[in-house]
Amino acid sequence: MEYEAVIGLEVHVQLNTSTKAFCSCRVEFGMEPNTNVCPVCLGLPGALPVLNRDVLSCAVKVGLALGCSIQKRTKFDRKNYFYPDLPKGYQISQFDMPAALGGEVRIDTPGGEKAIRVKRVHMEEDAGKLMHEDDGSLVDLNRAGVPLLEIVTEPDINSPEEAYAYLTKLKSIVKYLGVSDCDMEKGSLRCDANISLRPKGESRLGTKAELKNMNSFKAVKDALFCEISRQTEILKEGGSVAQETRLWDARQSMTFSMRSKEEAHDYRYFPDPDLTIFLIGDDEIESARAAIPELPRQKAERFIGEFGVSSYEAGILTAEKSDADFAEECFRVFDAADKKPVVNFLIGPLLAEANSRGCGLRGLGITPSGLIELVLLVQKNIISNLVSKSVLKEMIDGKTTAEEIVKTRNLAQISDTSALDGIITRVLAENDKSVQDFRAGKSNAVMFLVGQVMRMSCGKANPKVVKELLERRLADA
Amino acid sequence: MELYSMTGSQLAGLLAGRKASPQDIVSSLSRRAAAKEEQVRAYVRFEGGLESIPPEGGVEGKSPLSGLPVSIKDNICTRSFNTECCSRILSGYKPPYDATVVSRLKKAGASIISVKTNMDEFAFGSSTENSCFGPSRNPWDRRCVPGGSSGGSAAAVAADEAVFALGSDTGGSIRQPASFCGVVGLKPTYGRVSRYGLVAFASSLDQIGPITKDVRDSAMLLNVIAGYDPKDSTSVNEPVPDYTACLGRPVKGMRIGVPKEYMVEGIDPQVRESLLRALEEFRRLGAVCEEVSLPHTEFAVPVYYIIATAEASSNLARFDGVRYGFRAADAGGLHDMFSRTRGEGFGKEAKRRIILGTFALSHGYYDAYYLRALKVRTLIKEDFDKVFSGFDCIVTPTSPTPAFELGEKSGDPLKMYLSDICTISVNLAGIPAISLPCGFTGKGLPVGMQIMAGHFKEETIFKLAYAYEQAVSARERRRPEL
Amino acid sequence: MSDINDKVIEYTAKLARVKLESAELGELSPQIKGILDFIGKLEETDTGDIEPTSHILPVNNVFRADEPAQSLPVEDALSGAPRRRGRCFSVPKVIE
Repeated sequence: MEYEAVIGLEVHVQLNTSTKAFCSCRVEFGMEPNTNVCPVCLGLPGALPVLNRDVLSCAVKVGLALGCSIQKRTKFDRKNYFYPDLPKGYQISQFDMPAALGGEVRIDTPGGEKAIRVKRVHMEEDAGKLMHEDDGSLVDLNRAGVPLLEIVTEPDINSPEEAYAYLTKLKSIVKYLGVSDCDMEKGSLRCDANISLRPKGESRLGTKAELKNMNSFKAVKDALFCEISRQTEILKEGGSVAQETRLWDARQSMTFSMRSKEEAHDYRYFPDPDLTIFLIGDDEIESARAAIPELPRQKAERFIGEFGVSSYEAGILTAEKSDADFAEECFRVFDAADKKPVVNFLIGPLLAEANSRGCGLRGLGITPSGLIELVLLVQKNIISNLVSKSVLKEMIDGKTTAEEIVKTRNLAQISDTSALDGIITRVLAENDKSVQDFRAGKSNAVMFLVGQVMRMSCGKANPKVVKELLERRLADA
Repeated sequence: MELYSMTGSQLAGLLAGRKASPQDIVSSLSRRAAAKEEQVRAYVRFEGGLESIPPEGGVEGKSPLSGLPVSIKDNICTRSFNTECCSRILSGYKPPYDATVVSRLKKAGASIISVKTNMDEFAFGSSTENSCFGPSRNPWDRRCVPGGSSGGSAAAVAADEAVFALGSDTGGSIRQPASFCGVVGLKPTYGRVSRYGLVAFASSLDQIGPITKDVRDSAMLLNVIAGYDPKDSTSVNEPVPDYTACLGRPVKGMRIGVPKEYMVEGIDPQVRESLLRALEEFRRLGAVCEEVSLPHTEFAVPVYYIIATAEASSNLARFDGVRYGFRAADAGGLHDMFSRTRGEGFGKEAKRRIILGTFALSHGYYDAYYLRALKVRTLIKEDFDKVFSGFDCIVTPTSPTPAFELGEKSGDPLKMYLSDICTISVNLAGIPAISLPCGFTGKGLPVGMQIMAGHFKEETIFKLAYAYEQAVSARERRRPEL
Repeated sequence: MSDINDKVIEYTAKLARVKLESAELGELSPQIKGILDFIGKLEETDTGDIEPTSHILPVNNVFRADEPAQSLPVEDALSGAPRRRGRCFSVPKVIE
């Protein structure tokens, strides 16, 4: 029997507000333990929460960007459970009246575009951090109370690749909005997955397992692959999947059942009496909508229309907002209608370099006008494509311009026929076999000869000119 | 006349005329407490005398409360001074911050008494018998309880060991002890006084309020503690009038409703009689008294015990032995540490309420208990809205009985809960209410009456209470025999 | 509401992380059952389409600005800790 995976994702995004969700402590990373804490986030007796205005506006922004309907009335609830990193013994979260409901994220799949429905977006506070030592655990509450958005999908995802594509898209959108840096390594984006299998064609859902502890998009994909094969095996043997939480172990590439907690969970949600109800008016929603920047999908469409890039190229260029902005500036500086030469630089060597450094295009230290200067040098046949790559390498991190590099390293192409004549004479003399081949009708042989000229000129000869000269000389003789 | 036996406004007069210093007043109270505390036990961790917390920072302007001492209930945070809610689980706890009411008092130049007043653990109770420090005694009769949960504050004021005191009221915890001790206790409108720094019992019901010797002192103290606090989302941004300004205004023509549901079975005949006499007095003053109905009154106690315990079960989850207070010794694992800390740290009543509240919120029971209670709360509130559309005030007994004896109800929690029957609806409706003395039983125990009004109508209450107090004080004013 | 037995109360106490000695359970259990019976009175009310009241006053949208304020000095934050290690609160080992 063939099985189909049914996957839902719960993503927690840490908001990049200056202060925590319900108190005025700073949100900062890498601080000494328990320095960004106050009576409220320590859960001291008598302390009370007051909502950070920006947390609600971030929730509205994200909700709108995902096409959700923003709820006109939203409230906070207490999720009650005991854990040493949870100072109040409850987490302030949202239960039945979340900030936003019902949106979607469109992803590209081999079978075409697919919409993954977003069930809800809600606000909540983060817990603190536990550090485990041999003889005990230590509690640091700097992170306690940091604002989070939880974004939950419907079980619309059917493969690990789709999950990966969804996460990439979601991250791209959230980063465009500027509400989070979505850095999984820093923990500012976290993802749990619910996964079950069912026979293909069946509409009823199977028993699901919850996967946790995945700290990269790749880990999510790997864990899902692994869980699919684990569940497939169980079902094929006629067994049944247990409803449980499983932890991904990246080192062993396996999921492990989390030892069932000593206690059953019953979160006993109820409306938090310390916080008021929040009413969001139509005018506020509309002005928030107006303030939403152009999102990746719209930007890609505009790039296709305005700059004539392919949909594939547009997708790559708009994945990160800062890259897209950089690309757009380059397109504007470059006068010609056909932006292909620029796109080739951006998507080829520049993005490769940026990715290997883990930075954006702008992080390479090249300005859009600097890049276009280089593109124009190639366009004007002053340097060859080949040379342009090495010039680019020097431009990165260097403070000099393409023209200066070409000048100081004397890299300009030789298009002067008199300067090339000598080299060509030598090459023809030294490669008699190829000359014979050409005359015997093997027109390809000229390319070998061009290569030899290029080599002898240290790459500076203009290959087009060289080819013309060679053909003329071979015809003459 | 000794300084300690004077009211706050009398002392303010002496201070203004430079006939006494703030230190003189604290010393006088301290001597009084030293002499009487063994019998009353109004304060916890009392060691032979009273001191005020040394002032720090600036005092803002000249306030009528400047130089006057205020005693604070043990569940209101005082920076660097023990705030233990009379619970073992908070033993030794010294908060690193002041409750908003305490900083307001400090700014007004008041002298904060550093030892706190006794209470039922976490304000769970109506007698102070649930204090981990042992019960306080009623200054009028030491065999009796002072009421609760703010029994220490009420007893201290009644015994002249305090001039002003702060209590907290979730279901009657200011008014009932005020009535048992023959003093004046006000529960302000929900949101009138900041709850920031009040250790929460039931967040949607709790309010801090004054316990004082007379109505004028109550208004004076409310003037300082009332007002919007950006640290408490539920405090209301409404202007604070000068509550003393309405005192002495005529009450002629005021319409007073007397709910029939409060005058039925279980009411002590002497309490009923005192109240009827008070109504006569109101009529003499020109007010109109008519019977009204609050039909959902009978549901107030069950609704209250669901909502209050549910919120309490969550509010008390933070006492887990991790960050402050008591931790059970030699706990094995984490779970063991949590449950032993809480099992050993909380007293019986606290455990009873935590379990009750946890149950009311738990899966499968939420709708039947908690949600239903929230709905009936709506009905109770609407009862009051209806009456206040035609009446200025509602007058009832504060408690169906005068002070009861120690141990009389401590074995039967339900009986204890039912003693809150007259005060609980006020918290559910969020309205203000005062308790003031309106007579004595044959055995000489004080009886209190309760005056309620609509949201933010504290002035109406003060006006009526003051008029009554002035009219009868000559006949009724007495002091406990200590 | 009649299905409340000792087991339910024991489970609830566990959920609330309150360890009860068996004598205590024996005392609390009938008391809590008695209170719940009394509370059962609420079933008499018709609450069908009535709005629940979780906030008594119509106060909405209370925010604060996203502006940092001074946090507590770390020594104040840790001053009440029953056990600490360095700048952290210390608890029995958490096993995941």
